Amino acid sequence: MIDLPAPKPDVMARREELLAGLRALLPGDGVITEPARVKPYETDGLSAYRQPPLAVALPRTTEEVAAILRFCHRNGVRVVPRGAGTSLSGGALPLADSVVLGLMRMNRILEVDYANRLAVVEAGVTNLGITNHIAADGFFYAPDPSSQLACMIGGNVGMNSGGAHCLKYGVTANNLLGLKAVTIEGEIVELGGRHLDAAGYDWLGLMTGSEGQLAVVTEVTVRILHAPEGQRAMLAAFKGTEIAGAAVDAIIGSGIIPVALEFMDRPCIHACEAFAHAGYPLDAEAMLIIEVEGSVEEQDMLLGKLKEICSRFDPISLKVAQTVEESLAIWKGRKGAFGAVGRISPDYLCMDGTIPTGELPHVLRRIGEMSADYGLQVANVFHAGDGNLHPLIMFDANDAESFRKAEAFGADILKLCVEVGGCLTGEHGVGVEKRDLMPVQFSPFELDQMRALKSAFDPQWLLNPAKVFPLEGNPVLRQAA
Amino acid sequence: MTSLIAPGDEAGVAAAVAEAAAAGEPLAIEGRGTKRAMLRPVQAARTLSLRNLSGITLYRPQELILSARAGTPLAEIEAALAERGQQVVAEPPVLAAIFGAGEGPTIGGLVATNLSGPRRITAGAMRDHVMGIRAVNGLGEAFHNGGRVLKNVTGLDLCKLLTGAHGTLGVITEVTLKVLPAAERSGTLAIAVPDLETGVRALSAGLGSPYGVSGAALLAGEVPRALLRIEEFSESVAYRLGRLREALGRFGDATVIEDDESRALWRGIGEAEPLDARPEDAVWRVSVQPTAGPGVVAAAGLPRALLDWGGGLVWLAGPATAEAHGRVMEAARAVGGSFTLFRAPEPMRAALPVLPEEGKVLAAIRGRIRAVMDPKGILNPGKMYTA
Ligand SMILES: Cc1cc2nc3c(=O)[nH]c(=O)nc-3n(C[C@H](O)[C@H](O)[C@H](O)COP(=O)(O)OP(=O)(O)OC[C@H]3O[C@@H](n4cnc5c(N)ncnc54)[C@H](O)[C@@H]3O)c2cc1C
Ligand SMILES: Cc1cc2nc3c(=O)[nH]c(=O)nc-3n(C[C@H](O)[C@H](O)[C@H](O)COP(=O)(O)OP(=O)(O)OC[C@H]3O[C@@H](n4cnc5c(N)ncnc54)[C@H](O)[C@@H]3O)c2cc1C
Repeated sequence: MIDLPAPKPDVMARREELLAGLRALLPGDGVITEPARVKPYETDGLSAYRQPPLAVALPRTTEEVAAILRFCHRNGVRVVPRGAGTSLSGGALPLADSVVLGLMRMNRILEVDYANRLAVVEAGVTNLGITNHIAADGFFYAPDPSSQLACMIGGNVGMNSGGAHCLKYGVTANNLLGLKAVTIEGEIVELGGRHLDAAGYDWLGLMTGSEGQLAVVTEVTVRILHAPEGQRAMLAAFKGTEIAGAAVDAIIGSGIIPVALEFMDRPCIHACEAFAHAGYPLDAEAMLIIEVEGSVEEQDMLLGKLKEICSRFDPISLKVAQTVEESLAIWKGRKGAFGAVGRISPDYLCMDGTIPTGELPHVLRRIGEMSADYGLQVANVFHAGDGNLHPLIMFDANDAESFRKAEAFGADILKLCVEVGGCLTGEHGVGVEKRDLMPVQFSPFELDQMRALKSAFDPQWLLNPAKVFPLEGNPVLRQAA
Repeated sequence: MTSLIAPGDEAGVAAAVAEAAAAGEPLAIEGRGTKRAMLRPVQAARTLSLRNLSGITLYRPQELILSARAGTPLAEIEAALAERGQQVVAEPPVLAAIFGAGEGPTIGGLVATNLSGPRRITAGAMRDHVMGIRAVNGLGEAFHNGGRVLKNVTGLDLCKLLTGAHGTLGVITEVTLKVLPAAERSGTLAIAVPDLETGVRALSAGLGSPYGVSGAALLAGEVPRALLRIEEFSESVAYRLGRLREALGRFGDATVIEDDESRALWRGIGEAEPLDARPEDAVWRVSVQPTAGPGVVAAAGLPRALLDWGGGLVWLAGPATAEAHGRVMEAARAVGGSFTLFRAPEPMRAALPVLPEEGKVLAAIRGRIRAVMDPKGILNPGKMYTA
């Protein structure tokens, strides 16, 4: 279990007065305090942790965000920024003495500019909402987290989210031009703009993935792209994870960077097949889904090359989609992976380490051993092109011991990722989930230096405190823990 | 004359910085000094050079990862990558036409300046491909950030903060880059357009097509030429140039420039050679939204211009005067863009803002960030801003 700092006694004691102050700033129904309506905000995608906040504030404009932050700053009230609350690392988990600052009512698309290939949207617009808005004109917003129906662009900036296609198109940080953000003092700042690579410090880069630690994002200028002429997938199944790993090496070595290169291990193949009946080979130890883009002739050319490469690795099955429908069928199982695992086990933890891709066979072997030791099942999905590994650890939430074991198992996997040269999180963020593992990857000095940079934006640690950085050694929060 | 310190390892760099911090003596940081003349002159009795901290430390072509010590020449890295058919994604320029050939830039210098070439527009900037960094802060303390994997969101992203910070937040000792396969073939569609505005419209149409245009430049002149590059497998280059030609023929007469000639053309554009800057010229690099590019050229009223990045990167050259500088700054400001006074005589760089001034709030945060990373203010003081 993860410690959270004790609520500030003065804030708790002044609760009614503070709520009245907030209500004055957001007339109407902008401040929510009734327990039944606060309930949905008590947790995020890491649902094992719940905590009702002091209140939920739902501003509609940047000026309202600024007013709330100014008020909270003046009164020493902690603030937890929140988009859709799909964070899998507990990044949006409230604290008892905090105001949850929900951006979901700031959901307008302000501008689309095709000539300059950008869109200006408010932070509460969903990821898929951007693409849906421009799809009829042939355009899309590239980063596509699996949660894209729900998650919001502000949350994507908070976590620097990736997606299945980020091998080709990059993650959130690579697809932004500008941000409008509000500091904890309530000052509105513009970072970047409508152009590339503004001279000066890279504020945009520092903000992206900062998990609500530095400022609250209210508007985002994203780059948009024209969709390719088409895309098609193939499936290749192999007798061993080493063999599949070698096939991935050969693909990258050939100079082809597919738009997606997804790897599933045996437990994952079985779970997905039982759920989706996608026709996955059940005798395989590992399976790849490979997707290419371009005109039909270009797809044929690339898929032909890929088929030839895969056939050198004694595949159990090689299936190249001939039509869009066949392509969707290949993806069907993978896209349902979380739901499929959810059917085997009502509760699972979705881990998110990154490893050097060459370490995959070794890491999967070690995860298999740990799975036996802990007595918990695990299924692995892997973005094979970029090394991002998602083990899904199955447990029983009604059994405290099972949950404790699942957390310990997850921590062991992440330590293994760091040990082989990788990192604790590839796209889900540190949040509370991996906070106490940070010393595995960073020295005490490195953590202090990062904490000092947070203090440069937020000296009192009011913005999403108790996330990302261990409480131990924290100059501001330590006494409160 | 300044004295030169050139340590051979990170511990040496840390010791040199710690010593300077203790003495409160500023250090000028350089790779091989090819961009010494960039931004504002640094007043420092001593120069810390990374030239002896050289060599590739890790290269895994299948993992698309390369690490090198900061003083490694770009040329050495490009040669190692070329052997395995790969390349530095952001196409960083050497800028010999602007700064002189010298020994060529170092990878640390390129990261510190975040310089990217034509491919930036589709494949990302230098900063998008810095996966990991080792550096020494202004107290001589070594640290790392990021790592040697392609996806990493663990903690604050100091790789991006240090990239483009021109050595003012830390001395970079090692960088890890994401690299990618070099395309089998390059090809370019050249369209003769009546004016710059039409040229940018042609580039926008190309960049807004499904064909993956990886370079989009506009050469000024009597008859401006809009250039659109495709880098792909051979079959795709032919196909996509054909489709672009159909789609963009309405903007002017189009011709195709084949493989080797196309590669040379774009190397030159990255180096800003078509700008044709005279030795006595000042050089500016302005970044704006692409459709604003021609307006910036007009408003600056300078004799020489080159547009890249679909029209959004405007290179300008002309008289090294405060008056010309004022026009460039105003042209960029008017459309919400950014500028760098890229090359100019030292007194001009010392007297004028070389980058846009930030607002009060950001300037205050910048000051606090400097106080964390370089509390004694000894790393390249004054390089970017006066305060
Ligand atoms: C089923 C499922 C699948 C997922 N798949 C992926 C995936 O493929 N790739 C991936 O990267 N992630 C994935 N995620 C994780 C999650 O969806 C992402 O992290 C997402 O970006 C979070 O967005 P959100 O709007 O839900 O943000 P929240 O969960 O509300 O917040 C996320 C973090 O950002 C901060 N934040 C939110 N809004 C702002 C703001 N406006 N200003 C400043 N800080 C802010 C919060 O404080 C918090 O720290 C998945 C999650 C689920 C549940
Ligand atoms: C006259 C001139 C003006 C230029 N103006 C600009 C410009 O305005 N904007 C731009 O983006 N590019 C500019 N460039 C290009 C750029 O500076 C170089 O292409 C390249 O970055 C220099 O490589 P180098 O190894 O020679 O670096 P150097 O010229 O030695 O250093 C370049 C900059 O990076 C810093 N630096 C070098 N190595 C390190 C390190 N290891 N750690 C931390 N900091 C380091 C230096 O202090 C200096 O500020 C200019 C180049 C020249 C010659």
